[in-house]
Amino acid sequence: MEVIKVKNLVKKYNGLTAVDHISFSVEKGEIFGFLGPNGAGKTTTINILSTLLAPTEGEVYVNGFNILTQKDRVRKSIGLVFQDPSLDDRLTAEENLYFHAKLYHVPHDDYQKRKEEVLRLVELWERRKDIVKTFSGGMKRRLEIARGLIHHPAVLFLDEPTLGLDPQTRSHLWEYILKLKAEKQMTIFMTTHYMNEAEYCDRLIIIDYGKIVGFDTPANLKKAVGGDIIILESPQPQQLKQELAQKYALEAKEENGTIIVEIGNGKTFLPRLFEELQTRVTSVSLREPTLDDVFLHLTGRKIRDEEATPLDWMRQHHFRRRR
Amino acid sequence: MEFRKTLEAAGAIWQREFIRYWRDKTRIISTIVQPLMFLIIFGTGLKSTLARGNFGLDFVQFMFPGIIAMSIMSVSFFSTISTVWDREFGFLKEILVAPISRVSITVGKILGAVTIASIQGFLLLLLAPILKIRLHPLSFPYLISFMILVAFSLASLGLLIASLMKTTESFGLMMQLLIFPMFFISGAFFPLTNVPWWMKWLAAINPLSYGVDALRQILLQRQATGKALSLVSLHPVAINALFLLVFSVIIVMLAALAFNKKN
Ligand SMILES: Nc1ncnc2c1ncn2[C@@H]1O[C@H](COP(=O)(O)OP(=O)(O)OP(=O)(O)O)[C@@H](O)[C@H]1O
Ligand SMILES: [Mg+2]
Repeated sequence: MEVIKVKNLVKKYNGLTAVDHISFSVEKGEIFGFLGPNGAGKTTTINILSTLLAPTEGEVYVNGFNILTQKDRVRKSIGLVFQDPSLDDRLTAEENLYFHAKLYHVPHDDYQKRKEEVLRLVELWERRKDIVKTFSGGMKRRLEIARGLIHHPAVLFLDEPTLGLDPQTRSHLWEYILKLKAEKQMTIFMTTHYMNEAEYCDRLIIIDYGKIVGFDTPANLKKAVGGDIIILESPQPQQLKQELAQKYALEAKEENGTIIVEIGNGKTFLPRLFEELQTRVTSVSLREPTLDDVFLHLTGRKIRDEEATPLDWMRQHHFRRRR
Repeated sequence: MEFRKTLEAAGAIWQREFIRYWRDKTRIISTIVQPLMFLIIFGTGLKSTLARGNFGLDFVQFMFPGIIAMSIMSVSFFSTISTVWDREFGFLKEILVAPISRVSITVGKILGAVTIASIQGFLLLLLAPILKIRLHPLSFPYLISFMILVAFSLASLGLLIASLMKTTESFGLMMQLLIFPMFFISGAFFPLTNVPWWMKWLAAINPLSYGVDALRQILLQRQATGKALSLVSLHPVAINALFLLVFSVIIVMLAALAFNKKN
């Protein structure tokens, strides 16, 4: 069964096309991911799917309801964890849930039962009486997930759920997300720009400048890269690149003076390479492709280029400040 | 069914406003202390310069209704600021993505502000005996109705402005530009019966002047003679009520429209 169906979605912000003719559907019970760099159009897509933003073109159905004509039904069908924090930090954890349950018209008895269930799920039951201001970033994120679940949505949207969290908290948060899928067969639509997190998704869309550049399971996407990755370091990267192209018809990519080659079978190719290679090579390594390589393969860029790093830092900083 | 849901949602929003207010003790104290300061400083300062005989009233007694109205105004405005804060801190999104009508959000916000402001006004009313103002028990329903009306009209105005503003800074500035002129041309400090035409006009569009006018007439009816009161009053109480009611209805509709349009 399709929980989300998107046909030819376009969103333009006066002139800038943030989302460019994308189509996909999400099946019940899967973790569906949107992977892309800053400004790719991930949040814009989530905002449209959750009725906060009107699309320029295209059709979207969530849980079978049209996002333009059946807004309230769509809203009832979704739980949402926004990219930016959205808790009332002067209320207690419990009060935040209570308020949410009221807005979603959850009957009082159901609320009492579900409150305990979701708070235990994210291990915040003991802290339910505490003011949210006193929570750490990771606890707030977990509370937001619990809140998004209390009205039993058909699909949970997570917009960069682990942004600004340290690695331990991130992997911990992932345990909860995977538990949700395993125990509740929850459908989850999430965005991220962390490659290792995209690995958890059942299916993945790689989005760049508003366009879908790849759409498959993480394993298949990696397979499509074409086998193995060889990384070479050389004092003369340009020359090496040329030689690889001439002798082996290989199209190598250069990243900060490092040469990256995608090759069908790296183990048998390496000996052959060093028999004939003229250009000096100072180091070599061989590995299986990661989603990083998939992104590089599809777009010719790393997902986090140098220019993205300070921006990323600023966003996280901003994010922290606002918490 | 739909109506019940709208009420439930508005009720939740109302409740949140109230919890936030109750938890912010500094805010409660400052909103009580501020009007008291005004009363003490201006009251004692101006008491000696103004001859008592003018109105047949003590100046502190004369100013007291205006101070109540001022307190209601600042609390009403301040509470509607919370909409701007909610936008700034992301919480508004949580409300906007819920399956509730925009009207219930507007209503909940305004009623929250009205409740807080009226409680504040009521607390100040309890000071009346200290100021030697004799209150008739029967005047309480009138006083409270007017406090609610004033709070309602100003909370709606605050929400309207909050919906039209883009940033928190511009909202704060706008409020500063509004609060002081509205307060000074409200009749709280001096009667508006004998002022230049331009001030009369400003007072005529200032909802606070109607509130002060009505509160004073009800509050001081046993203090001053009818003749003295009529010297400082602008309109009959019923006219004041009518103006505030019409003003509130128009502004609340505009606020709902603006809020709906913006979100
Ligand atoms: N309200 C807006 N007005 C104008 N342009 C916007 C607006 N919101 C987003 N954009 C632009 O649309 C593009 C996509 O933004 P979006 O927030 O969807 O990216 P994203 O994939 O979520 O990025 P990030 O990883 O940084 O969160 C960006 O170029 C952004 O500048
Ligand atoms: Mg985003």
